[in-house]
Amino acid sequence: MNRKRVGFFDLTGCEGCQLTVLNLEEQLLDLLEVIDLVEFRELMQDQAERLDIAFVEGSVVKPAEEERLRAIRAKSERLIALGACAATGGINRLATLHAPDHLWSSSFGRSEPLWEMGTPRPLAAVVPIDGEVPGCPIDGREFVSILQGLLMGQELEIPTFPVCAECKLAELPCSFEQGAPCLGPLTRSGCGAVCIRGGDVCRGCRGEVDNPRSGPYHRILEEHGWQVEQVLAELRIYPHQADGDDDAAAD
Amino acid sequence: MQLRINQLARIEGHADLVVDLEKGELVSCRFEVVETPRFFEGILTGLHYREVAGVVSRICGICSHSHSLVSLTATEDALGIDISDQTRLLRELLLCGELLQSHLVQLYFMALPDYLLLPSLIQAAKSDRTLLERALRLKKGANAICEVIGGRPVHPVTLRVGGFASLPERKELLQLQQHLRNLLPDLEETIDLFAGLDIPLFSRPVSNVSLQGDGGYPVFGTHMESSDGAVLPVAGYVGQINERLVAHATAKHAEMEGHRYRVGSLARLNNHHQGLAPMAAKVAAVLRIGPGEENPYRMLLARLVEVVHFVERGIQLIDRLEDYDLAPEEPPLPRRFGSGVAAVEAPRGLLLHAYRYGEEGRLLEADCVIPTAQNLASLEEDLAGRVPEIAHLEPDEVSRQLEMLIRAYDPCISCATHLLRVKYV
Repeated sequence: MNRKRVGFFDLTGCEGCQLTVLNLEEQLLDLLEVIDLVEFRELMQDQAERLDIAFVEGSVVKPAEEERLRAIRAKSERLIALGACAATGGINRLATLHAPDHLWSSSFGRSEPLWEMGTPRPLAAVVPIDGEVPGCPIDGREFVSILQGLLMGQELEIPTFPVCAECKLAELPCSFEQGAPCLGPLTRSGCGAVCIRGGDVCRGCRGEVDNPRSGPYHRILEEHGWQVEQVLAELRIYPHQADGDDDAAAD
Repeated sequence: MQLRINQLARIEGHADLVVDLEKGELVSCRFEVVETPRFFEGILTGLHYREVAGVVSRICGICSHSHSLVSLTATEDALGIDISDQTRLLRELLLCGELLQSHLVQLYFMALPDYLLLPSLIQAAKSDRTLLERALRLKKGANAICEVIGGRPVHPVTLRVGGFASLPERKELLQLQQHLRNLLPDLEETIDLFAGLDIPLFSRPVSNVSLQGDGGYPVFGTHMESSDGAVLPVAGYVGQINERLVAHATAKHAEMEGHRYRVGSLARLNNHHQGLAPMAAKVAAVLRIGPGEENPYRMLLARLVEVVHFVERGIQLIDRLEDYDLAPEEPPLPRRFGSGVAAVEAPRGLLLHAYRYGEEGRLLEADCVIPTAQNLASLEEDLAGRVPEIAHLEPDEVSRQLEMLIRAYDPCISCATHLLRVKYV
């Protein structure tokens, strides 16, 4: 059997999702038995001409990144967004909440742009993609199961129920009952409610679950005395569908 | 002749190397940082103090714990919050995990292939998996620390302002300690391997800057010191560390009192070799690395000495944690919303965050001083100093030696870009 040629690429992000792949340790050794790892800049010098599966981490920001992403798309059979920055724009989208001159002056001490910049966007805003591995960072186990599915030619599937369900199954105490707002009821599961397990709340890094049931969520908020605006003011870290495509960023 | 390497491999983040030579004479040498700025200082503005550490963690997947920990400490300083000894010990243990994780990835996956003349450790594993298996076993020990204390290896979930939101169980800590002890045979093999590498000879004296160790090897601290004898309070960094924009980088270059300097493993080892744990001190002696080391290529060996040190330190810290009956603590409430500064020794060196908070605990202003940005001036001068010595070699060998020098610094480009504030004088 021909091994599938798999590569990892990074645009604008923290490279924590690729590190999570390297952190698979023994499982990575097993994966290397069944795939041909042909490109992974952080670890390898090789560059591939053709790929069966390309995992791309990070958001598209600069015009040069659009070109790079198109080139990766052109040489890859399937292109998968690796992590929140690639899938939804992730934490990079926070920049869209601020005026460009504020961003430039806070980080570079002058309000005029020093380079041409674009708005941080998910991959799908530039090229068609064949699926996503959600999360900030991705969950290693979920990555392995998605890769296994891809190797067997299956359609990529990610959970369609909210984090709340995983949290209940793990019998973790409800954040709302601890007096903290939480986006668990609206957020796609698959992470094992890792943040809530660690004593934190869900900030929705995996994106919204398909058809989120906002009715029950609003009832939970009401029950615990929270307003939607309050929750967003507290937890507005990852893009939320309600934010829409606000392009007021550092153009 | 122009030598150009776009998107250097086996480093964190995106950078190019451009060297211009005319008749064997160096015209220019630039380490071009092409990483896209993400404006972290700008996007932190307006965040509630509880959210700041989680966002800055995303500056870098490799240094996420260092950024989180220094951020919490700066916020606690600004809010007048004191932390318990239990929290202090757990945080130091977590930092050991990240230092180990980052150093091991750098040594095995990024640096070693240059010396073994391989494109990657993964390629090498096609014929012999010994090295890759050992690297992953060691790395797993480092990750185990981050998992047990931080909740996961990348972007911790258990940390909060004033303490921890969840604590490890005693049993988990003891298993972790055993796991660290079990790494010793692999560490011995690693030391043998690196002791035998043919490290280029090159000498570039430079001043070394690190935090002052609190009697031991530096990790957290309130004062920084340079090998020239200067001691500065972390809180007074403004005006002491100056950053300037250079045309070819989206990161800035830092200088202290007008001089380039170096931070990181070799700087820590140079300034605080007497604080090394016993085995690490022996390893340093065997590798002949210590104060006065002037060869930047040998930073690899300083990193390896630190790997041994932080394994030993991790074992010690778990012993000390055994004396505490770890118990959940109520998070202390802010006593004020003001300004705060904190520094930590991240894998690549001195990392400093400074914040100012306004009413309602929302961040008004942030400044972050990043290790790689502090090293860029020194790295570029080293490259320019090295080129004339090797210009007569074949172009492939010239680029191999320059890439080795860059990797010896272990630059972390995601961190370095966008985070230094320029002070116009």
